[in-house]
Amino acid sequence: MQVREDFPILKRQVNGKPLVYLDNAATSQKPIHVIKALEQYYLEYNANIHRGIHKLAEEATLAHEEAREKTAKFINARRTEEIVFVRNTTEALNLLAYAWGRTNVGKNEKIVLTIMEHHSNIVPWQMLAKEKEAKIEFIEVDKEGKLLEEQIKEKIDSRTKIVAVTHASNVLGTINPVETIGKAAHQVGALFVVDAAQSVPHMPVDVKKLDCDFMAFSGHKMMGPTGIGVLYGKKQFLENTPPFLGGGEMIREVHTTGSSWKELPYKFEAGTPNIAGAIGLGIAIDYLNKIGMQHVYDHEREITAYTLAKMEKIDGLTYYGPKEADQRVGVIAFNLGDIHAHDLASLLDEEGIAIRSGHHCAQPLMEFLDIPAASRASFYIYNTKEEVDILINALEKARKLFKL
Amino acid sequence: MSSDIYKDIILDYYRHPRNSGDLQDPDVRAKDSNPLCGDIMEMQLKIKDGKINDIRFKGRGCAISQASASMLTELAKDKTLEEAKALGKTDILNMLGIDPGPTRIKCALLGLKVLKLAIYGYLGQAVTDEVKQLV
Repeated sequence: MQVREDFPILKRQVNGKPLVYLDNAATSQKPIHVIKALEQYYLEYNANIHRGIHKLAEEATLAHEEAREKTAKFINARRTEEIVFVRNTTEALNLLAYAWGRTNVGKNEKIVLTIMEHHSNIVPWQMLAKEKEAKIEFIEVDKEGKLLEEQIKEKIDSRTKIVAVTHASNVLGTINPVETIGKAAHQVGALFVVDAAQSVPHMPVDVKKLDCDFMAFSGHKMMGPTGIGVLYGKKQFLENTPPFLGGGEMIREVHTTGSSWKELPYKFEAGTPNIAGAIGLGIAIDYLNKIGMQHVYDHEREITAYTLAKMEKIDGLTYYGPKEADQRVGVIAFNLGDIHAHDLASLLDEEGIAIRSGHHCAQPLMEFLDIPAASRASFYIYNTKEEVDILINALEKARKLFKL
Repeated sequence: MSSDIYKDIILDYYRHPRNSGDLQDPDVRAKDSNPLCGDIMEMQLKIKDGKINDIRFKGRGCAISQASASMLTELAKDKTLEEAKALGKTDILNMLGIDPGPTRIKCALLGLKVLKLAIYGYLGQAVTDEVKQLV
């Protein structure tokens, strides 16, 4: 496959075997274009942005703001200023909970989440709920890991101020009916927040179509560098949200008696930002656009269907989440007999296969499913069926070693 | 290589843990977890004449952590509290007969940490940083 050539790391050997990288839900690998863009920035036009008058500052500012435009187009935002650069999804959600939440959520009002949220879309809301004496409710899932539709209607009620849901689960892989949930949220006048950390990198996402008020995602999961993430917000909501961090870059005027804020999105970007990171993210978006997000999605769906069919033939293997590949992203959590996920990850590592094991920062879901830990394979555009075969063979080998 | 760490003896202790479960009226019990992987471990001790008279462990986790804890209960039984306090990483590696490597060593040491927490608790002594940093 042509794209593999663009990822130098995929040529690596691990324990004497070719690397099979199946930990993409944790972080993706980076194409050479992104790596070179970072190098070029530091070699040729490293400068602080926005206020500099000199040539380097001008070039860096242009590149940084171009990355914002690319990001806005990528998710079909109405305006470029609706894109706020942050460190990652976690920071974006914390910004919302802290700045919007503290202003708008009061005692006994409700925040509705789903049981499949990543800790980053639970803990900031718990901190807010504790401070404001608000309540949190979780929409639960059925046996196949799909949200219970009746609970969507039931739990999102007139006391609900925020509905925050993941677009795609990092454990179950389930793609959630976010448009339906958004309508339910808006019917009761609640803010609708989407955690898109596992969807934006892997499928076409259109914020206008989803009609979400805010959306969060991370650059490093979509071929960009670590330390750059995105908070998308509808302009009117961003305008009505007070700043999160105060400091340089985000102010219009500062006097000893008080300060006033810059316009969007700079009001939320205090301090020198991750300039190289934003530029790298822009290049990653160029790369993804060149492949086409529909193609990325189709490829991963095919790999996922292939893997699920193979896994069903392994005795003692249980995978979690929907059976139909078209209802999920390329994330498959599973267990094999009584082999603990960490033991399985060690055995696969020996074969050069990188998977994740543990609770995947989703302990409430793991408790709900009553599994202490699971292994997880997650795919990207550069993964192949041959790599899936290597995984399946290694799983069979582990079965033999553990005498299952 | 990691499959070497899954020797038959480790798998045997994982599948058929010795000294697993609860003691009746233990003199002391201690519990801890490994936040990185969610493994949990409890140790219960009966102490008589300054010696570990009986010991049980209860846990949930990988083969390395469970087998290591089970083997440790056999090693620690009938030792004086001072002898048990002196057990260290090298004793665990000798006991296992393998080196699980840097990412898995904490799994192997969870049982030892909890055993030491129990002994310090029984003696009413402050837990040392060395013990806290085992896992």
